[in-house]
Amino acid sequence: MKKLFFILFFLSSFNAFSAGSKIDIPKYDWSWKGFFGTYDRASAQRGLKVYREVCAGCHSMNYLSYRNLGDLGFSEDHIKAIAAENLILDGPNDEGEMFERDGLPSDKFANPYANDKAARAANNGAYPPDLSLIVKARPKGADYVKSLLLGYVDPPKDMTIPNGQHYNKYMAGNLIAMASPLSDGLVDYDDGTQNSMDQMTTDVTTFLAWAAEPSLEDRKRMGFKVILFLVVLFILAYISKQQIWRDIKY
Amino acid sequence: MSSNDPQGYKKTLNSPYTGFKGWIDSRLPLVRMMEAEYLKFPVPKSLNYFWSFGGIAMFCLIGLILTGIFLGFHYKPSADDAFDSVERIMRDVSFGWLIRYLHANLVSFFFIATFIHIFRALYFGSYKAPRELVYIFGLTMFMLMMATAFLGYTLPWGQMSYWGATVITNLFSAIPVVGDAILTLLLGDFTVGDAAVNRFYVLHWLLAFAIVGLVVFHVITLHMTGSNNPSGSEPQSWDETVSFHPYVTIKDLNATIFFFIILAFILFYYPNILGHSDNYIKANPMVTPAHIVPEWYFLPFYAILRAIPDKLGGVLAMFGSILALGLLPWLDTSKVRSCLFRPVWRYCVLLFAINFLVLMYMGGKPAEGIYVLISRIGTAYWFLFIFVLAPLVGFLETPRQPLSITNYLRSKKA
Repeated sequence: MKKLFFILFFLSSFNAFSAGSKIDIPKYDWSWKGFFGTYDRASAQRGLKVYREVCAGCHSMNYLSYRNLGDLGFSEDHIKAIAAENLILDGPNDEGEMFERDGLPSDKFANPYANDKAARAANNGAYPPDLSLIVKARPKGADYVKSLLLGYVDPPKDMTIPNGQHYNKYMAGNLIAMASPLSDGLVDYDDGTQNSMDQMTTDVTTFLAWAAEPSLEDRKRMGFKVILFLVVLFILAYISKQQIWRDIKY
Repeated sequence: MSSNDPQGYKKTLNSPYTGFKGWIDSRLPLVRMMEAEYLKFPVPKSLNYFWSFGGIAMFCLIGLILTGIFLGFHYKPSADDAFDSVERIMRDVSFGWLIRYLHANLVSFFFIATFIHIFRALYFGSYKAPRELVYIFGLTMFMLMMATAFLGYTLPWGQMSYWGATVITNLFSAIPVVGDAILTLLLGDFTVGDAAVNRFYVLHWLLAFAIVGLVVFHVITLHMTGSNNPSGSEPQSWDETVSFHPYVTIKDLNATIFFFIILAFILFYYPNILGHSDNYIKANPMVTPAHIVPEWYFLPFYAILRAIPDKLGGVLAMFGSILALGLLPWLDTSKVRSCLFRPVWRYCVLLFAINFLVLMYMGGKPAEGIYVLISRIGTAYWFLFIFVLAPLVGFLETPRQPLSITNYLRSKKA
């Protein structure tokens, strides 16, 4: 009981730590929620397309390699093709020169900028954060990311928006340097899925959630087995304990 | 004693065992020791499940050391590489995610077990004579645990790691005269940076094994006096005890498995719930997080720190809160150990536990308004409990006559 109380207490107190945000983030239903949740592969594949055609213009994903896309059901040839569409700076070669070559599956995702300073220079001084971990790096994770993408609404009349800033109802402080990146029909889907705002934000969030926690499916599968094992072990241990202590008279 | 062994020292060579076991035992009396201390060792038969948390904490410590070794194979202690090497562990190392999540969550469960273990000691008077040293070694370990956990939390070099390290190491600068020198020595630099993460890594390892060393002392002192029990009465005969094995081993095993089921649930389904999302952002000295909070197990002490309006005073109160607990064996004037027979002190201890949880909640809130006020009341009670209530209640309270172990068990059955 004590233990349970402790744990409930900690869990409940943790909501309090998403500090400063009085903003209500809506909850969405994600495919990877629950005990047996898995990433919706088709959605994540579409999400990759959204990332590559829209987000990748400014946002890096430094912790991902093209080979990782195998997890999302892409074939080896497909991954090679995706990787080859990017130019990677390599070298120095035997002549001591840096050179550019087509990407390989073993390469990390190509960075849109040469360095952080270049990224800031191209974006009005604002740094577009790396997206590899964005879903784990924000309170409310995926719900927040999707909300933010949908959160570009007209600002309140009495609010003046500084140059280079945009109003977003889910951003802390309501001001964000990024303009609304998506609009209805912006990305063409190959599988005939309706490319609405809602669909695209769901897809790209699914992709980013996978990118942040690629081990989630393994983890949940293993968790079920481990807990089942421990419960059986506990039952056996409990029976043994009753047996052993049976002779102890008060 | 035989005549050719006038000093009696040779008795250590006479092992009761034969064969290989005897050969080892007459040279290294490990077999005899294990038999005496872990097989036949008499334990009061009235122990309840509160007594399992010491063993549980030990399993947590073993788990932390094992997972820590495997993390150490892949982790790189430098400001540039630390965060990336942790991500490499999460993504590319076989079962790296499992090892890291285990390490991160085991710490929390280590603290849960330790908090309950300390509460047990307070409630049933395990700190009182003759177990003062068991208790003091325990509190020392608890302080080392906090230091180790703090150092460990800085290692992933995320935003909370960096800013937590900045805030906490800065506390040393509150020490008059030598504060800044100590801080520089600790950080190896004038700010938290590359040198700091390198030595934090070394100290994290060092202190972890210092805890293991203290476990030995904790257990040796415990085995000199034997375990306390809910009645607080010492066993009067062999009849009131059971042997450590199999009775206590199977009971502790039960409790440990149950505890690890809860751990497994958090580990596999909510591995990040006890952490902070900001720590998945690489440390950036140019950007301060909106709200710097330490890990949950530091929150009560963080609340005490912030309750005192003076920096040095806050630091003294925070460290003093644990040091003062070490005086309890001498400040508690009651002859009776267990709270079961102490009608007033019992509520003082329960209130102390509730106060601890309240302080924990306050530590996670911003330091403003009502939260500061409640933190101050909580801090005041902490010290009032130790320095005023412990001596005073011992004098004024009329305890009930403690039951013997046998009578306690009968009364429980009735």
